Amino acid sequence: MTEKNIVQTVHDTLWDEMKADERVLVLGEDVGARGGVFRATADFMQEFGEQRVLDTPLAESGIVGVAIGMALHGLLPVAEIQFADFIHPAFDQIVSEAARIRYRSNGDFGVPLVIRAPYGGGVHGALYHSQCIETFYGHVPGIKVVVPSTPHDVKGMLRAALRDPDPVLFLEHKKTYRLIKGEVPDEDYEVPIGKADVKREGTDLSCITYGLMLHLCLEAAAKLEEEDGVKVEVVDVRTINPLDKETILESVRKTGKAMVVYEDNRTYGAGAEIVATIAEEAMFDLDGPLVRIAGPDIPAMPFAGPLEHYYMPDVEGIHAAMKELAEF
Amino acid sequence: MATKATQADRHSELGLSEDDLMAMYRTMVEARLCDEAQFRLNRQGKAPFVVPVSGHEACQVATAWPMEKGRDIFVPYYRDLAVCLAAGMTPKDVFLGVFGKADDPSSGGRQMPAHWGSRRLGIITGSSPIATQIPHASGIAYAMKVRGEESVVASWFGDGATSEGDWHEALNFAGIHKLPVVFICENNLYAISVPLSKQMGVTNVSVRAEGYGFEGVTVDGNDVFASYEAMKDAVERARAGDGPTLIECMTYRIHPHTSDDDDRTYRSREEVEEWKKKDPIAGFGAYLTEVGLLSEDKIESLRTEIKDEVDKAVQEAWDAADPEPESAARHVWAEDGELS
Repeated sequence: MTEKNIVQTVHDTLWDEMKADERVLVLGEDVGARGGVFRATADFMQEFGEQRVLDTPLAESGIVGVAIGMALHGLLPVAEIQFADFIHPAFDQIVSEAARIRYRSNGDFGVPLVIRAPYGGGVHGALYHSQCIETFYGHVPGIKVVVPSTPHDVKGMLRAALRDPDPVLFLEHKKTYRLIKGEVPDEDYEVPIGKADVKREGTDLSCITYGLMLHLCLEAAAKLEEEDGVKVEVVDVRTINPLDKETILESVRKTGKAMVVYEDNRTYGAGAEIVATIAEEAMFDLDGPLVRIAGPDIPAMPFAGPLEHYYMPDVEGIHAAMKELAEF
Repeated sequence: MATKATQADRHSELGLSEDDLMAMYRTMVEARLCDEAQFRLNRQGKAPFVVPVSGHEACQVATAWPMEKGRDIFVPYYRDLAVCLAAGMTPKDVFLGVFGKADDPSSGGRQMPAHWGSRRLGIITGSSPIATQIPHASGIAYAMKVRGEESVVASWFGDGATSEGDWHEALNFAGIHKLPVVFICENNLYAISVPLSKQMGVTNVSVRAEGYGFEGVTVDGNDVFASYEAMKDAVERARAGDGPTLIECMTYRIHPHTSDDDDRTYRSREEVEEWKKKDPIAGFGAYLTEVGLLSEDKIESLRTEIKDEVDKAVQEAWDAADPEPESAARHVWAEDGELS
């Protein structure tokens, strides 16, 4: 076991994978000499050379497009999109190509590609360095979308993503990069894609969440138990698509109450799908209303402190909502 | 049969044998007759949608010919019926796709016809959005370089594709890394209805190559030898590690864009008739006649023979099994879950 933060875990896991399998290569803007703007590939170029640590032109569609070609021809590319906010030019390559190549070729071709992207807000990143983009891709069968939020899960899921024969969009909440530390096993292991995880056990209500919000929910749940003795079960979704309905429904059936917390814009967000799933399949197990806490429906997160605060769900708000639902 | 030694001999110096010439001619006629058959089927209501190739046969077959099957990789677009025949598809494969049958090698009836693909034949699966395949070609070429292969990838596209961002991003990437890739523009002067003058501010696509740091060349795409020579040089350059080439083949599609298009709305009949006089198959047939490999009778008998084969392929494909409805849910994800 070694204690690490999230970005160090990304770095070390990728490093080990590059060492272990020469098919693995990283490409993206500033991943080479600079080692990535978040330093996720620091010193990679010196260790693995320019051919496998590829500083690309500033063109996101091209990054994903050439990575698809590499994956079609025997390599295991890890494409970095510097900020998830800049992934939009690559939407066509991700959705029309990476996600559909297996399906459209009747299983003849596959695209073992990992796209890493730092996402999320709370870092004074304003409109274009704060976005949550998981829902755009979670809607598309054919590409897996994962959002690990602890160092343990980051290592296990990144290893799983690199061993997955299908494309994986690997989202890293940038505020957690240095904020969240945890014990990471030194040995090799994988955390399966498509499996949610109960991060805190409880009996009174289920709080289903992911990303930075997981950590806020855990804090709120701890506070609620300490102050009021209410036991909140916190479920970390971990994979947006394919969604682990079983773990979510099992928790909800046990507690009889459910709230979903996500940072993305509320309307049509990933939490909407989770709420719909609970409503469809566990309606008669519920003893209270389904509660959603999410970002407001404004185009994106503003810059100034008070404006950013208006956007981001916080521990106080989550705590209050948990308390209200528990008392229902 | 020895060819007549005439001033007209253009093939010997290019290293093309008589067998090559006859096989190329045969592939071109096969493509044309597949086209005629698929339009006939469209009018009969048996083929809801077809994409014509007629007019492009020379540049397609000639640029596919220097590629080494089993080693080099083809990244075509939807008009490349003749490229795919040259790469190893059969007329029956084509019509399995036209009818959306279970054994359609490209997609098992999932995609519209002419969305080619076959791992076995080294033809990369394609989609409908324009130019998205070109970054794939650059990425494949990069992988070839990393893996130390001396293989080549070629990507075909129309003139409209050159306006897409992906086209630029792919050529830029290929130029930076001097990749073993050949970019072939089948410039038929129209992107559906939009003429070249509204597509770009330059007269020729090939001049853009300079902006990416490699060579660009414009050739008569209805001339088998001009197209073949440009491709042969480009493939040799790529294989030798000397980087990409952009080849622009000037050609013309004789039919509308697809069976759903009406080209009378955007180009004159006179213009189409003028281009029909430059029919690439007639031109190549005339050359082969001149060097003594063909005659009027032989052209006719060959056409009859190939037409019979195409008709047989149509019938076999028509009789083949449809996909099972439930199979629509398969292949969303890898079924064995393993990375090979």
